[in-house]
Amino acid sequence: MVNGLNLAFQFLDSFAFVVLAAAGLAVIFGIMGVINLAHGEFILFGAYATTMSVTNLGLPLPAAMVVASLLTAGFGVVVERTIISGFVPNWIGQRTVGRDLIEPLYDRLADSMVATFGLSLVMVQSARILFGNSIDTVGTPFGNVAYGAFSYSTYRLVLAGISVLVLVAAYYLFTRTTFGTRVRATMQDEQTAKALGIDTERTYMLTFGIGSGLAGLTGALFAPVLSMQPTLGDQFLIEAFVAVVVGGPSVVLGTALSGGVLGAVSATVTNLTDSTTFGRIALLVAAILALRFLPGGITGFIERFQARRREEE
Amino acid sequence: MATDSASATDRGALARIRGRLEGPNTIGNSRGFWLGFAVAVLALAAFPVVGSGESFSLFLVLALLGLSLSLVWGYSGVLSFGQVVFFGVGGYTFGVVSINFPDATGITAAAIAGVVGGGVAAALLGYFMFYGGVRDVYVTIITLVTTMAMHTFMAQTAGSEWTIGEAPLGGFNGMPGIPLLELGIEGVASFQFVYNEMSLLGLFAFDPFYYLALALLLVTYLGLRVLVNSDFGRVMVAVREDQDRTQMFGYDVKRIKLLTFTLGGALAALSGVLYAARNVYISPPVFALWFATLPVIWVSVGGRKSLLGAVIATIAIEYFRLSVQGEMALVVLGAMLLVFILALPGGIVPWVAGKLSGSAVPVSELDDADAPGEVSES
Repeated sequence: MVNGLNLAFQFLDSFAFVVLAAAGLAVIFGIMGVINLAHGEFILFGAYATTMSVTNLGLPLPAAMVVASLLTAGFGVVVERTIISGFVPNWIGQRTVGRDLIEPLYDRLADSMVATFGLSLVMVQSARILFGNSIDTVGTPFGNVAYGAFSYSTYRLVLAGISVLVLVAAYYLFTRTTFGTRVRATMQDEQTAKALGIDTERTYMLTFGIGSGLAGLTGALFAPVLSMQPTLGDQFLIEAFVAVVVGGPSVVLGTALSGGVLGAVSATVTNLTDSTTFGRIALLVAAILALRFLPGGITGFIERFQARRREEE
Repeated sequence: MATDSASATDRGALARIRGRLEGPNTIGNSRGFWLGFAVAVLALAAFPVVGSGESFSLFLVLALLGLSLSLVWGYSGVLSFGQVVFFGVGGYTFGVVSINFPDATGITAAAIAGVVGGGVAAALLGYFMFYGGVRDVYVTIITLVTTMAMHTFMAQTAGSEWTIGEAPLGGFNGMPGIPLLELGIEGVASFQFVYNEMSLLGLFAFDPFYYLALALLLVTYLGLRVLVNSDFGRVMVAVREDQDRTQMFGYDVKRIKLLTFTLGGALAALSGVLYAARNVYISPPVFALWFATLPVIWVSVGGRKSLLGAVIATIAIEYFRLSVQGEMALVVLGAMLLVFILALPGGIVPWVAGKLSGSAVPVSELDDADAPGEVSES
């Protein structure tokens, strides 16, 4: 019973971590084909903004989280305009030398990776120069739930709930709204979408903004439970990539499913071996096996399965 | 190697050697290039007289790692974050074997074991991926995840149960006490390369390890030039440009990728062996994310379709990264990467070569083959 509860809590914990880490990246990578290695630093941005809104401005924690998410989204739009789409440098280039200076990084996986790695170096080091090697943390709200000899932070349960909410909201946004339809059209075929009158530039900009905002939200939510160091983004990056790629082409559903599967693997192994290190290794190995045997990710597998069933009927 | 010193007597042989070294897949096929190359090699050979060869040897060792990625990514189109896995496997294997057999014969065998170990690891991972039908970005992610799994695993090997023979893996603190690099056969002929000052005419003290690294780098570079300009190299490039079409022509694409990946792994492992030997120490940060990203950066900045670019960019970036101290160094490096990759996506060295040879084709057009956009049209 107690062990079962432990397992359940560990699962919720891993699930929330994987889903929240991946949410922003899933949107950016899945829709724009940009590998954002600065994803962890967007999370850092959100976490620092939250913490400093609370400690310096005296905002209540939930308000600080909202402010931080919006700030990160805004920062994301700036990054998209200056680096990813090259709009600002090209505008300057047109004015000064009469030609475009750079090409957009959309769908250029390797180049986007190097560029965003450069950005992440700049951001981590800037955070260190501006704020030092660590800043004060805000306390974890809500206290603990106790059972038997164990106790568990209520806030972690709240995180699991929020991760489900984020998934539902993203699912609604991308499948039930006009904006979502535009985004999916742009993702499937940019040329045709453009021909049908969709402003793909604007779609990309907003998508990147939403992805950054989600990363900022993740940072905001984890701000009370992490130590505030410039390198705090690192721990999110790999899990985020793994979850997105294992999830496959259907971005939101895939993230939910891979969060569930990888969370379960990680929680079970952590529970069996009593070591989070082995839980993490199991998660990584599970991801490697999933990529090898389900090349289209989990949702790609489901789609193929459904297509086969339709053919048989 | 003295291909440029054209003496009249064996002109035919020289031309033959030069013919094998040159081709469309490498930059620098002119007499002027080889002249500059000879000057550069001589300058590197003379460098310890003015600078510190002991610290510069690190960049030469890492250039081998850069070359391994240039081969795998630049010439066969397999973007691998796993080169540091084979680098680390090579280094750790060298450490374990040499600590257990700390004499010249043992250490020589350890170096060979390290290179073979890295090659075998690459062959296993490559077989698992390429023959399982894993392609493109999924290969990149699998290699990245493998690196992270190795990092997590090696960091927890602190306990005494993780001891192989006499050699404790040491967890996050790493494996100290790797014996000094001594190559040869114990009691017959052997020479110690690390911390063994050699003096020339009693005037200058030299670090022999520097010359070992330089010689290996030179041989590897020229060897890879021969390889990428051979028939096999042409097929490698064909795989990079269009995998499906190459397969339609009847080439075994999987085997070609596996062979290249294995060779790249062995090369990365050689770099790892030299790294461990130079530092007499190796630790899990060689599997860390930032270290795994470094080769990708060197090769991107230098020009991934150019072996020379990989070498030059590795040496330049590492020299800059390690010599410019102070807190602004990383900011400058990050900004530099951003600017270079945005302004010169084909890399610096191909751009410079294009300018020098007055080629009319702009670099951006040379590099278009990598954009997945054109794949979707087919």
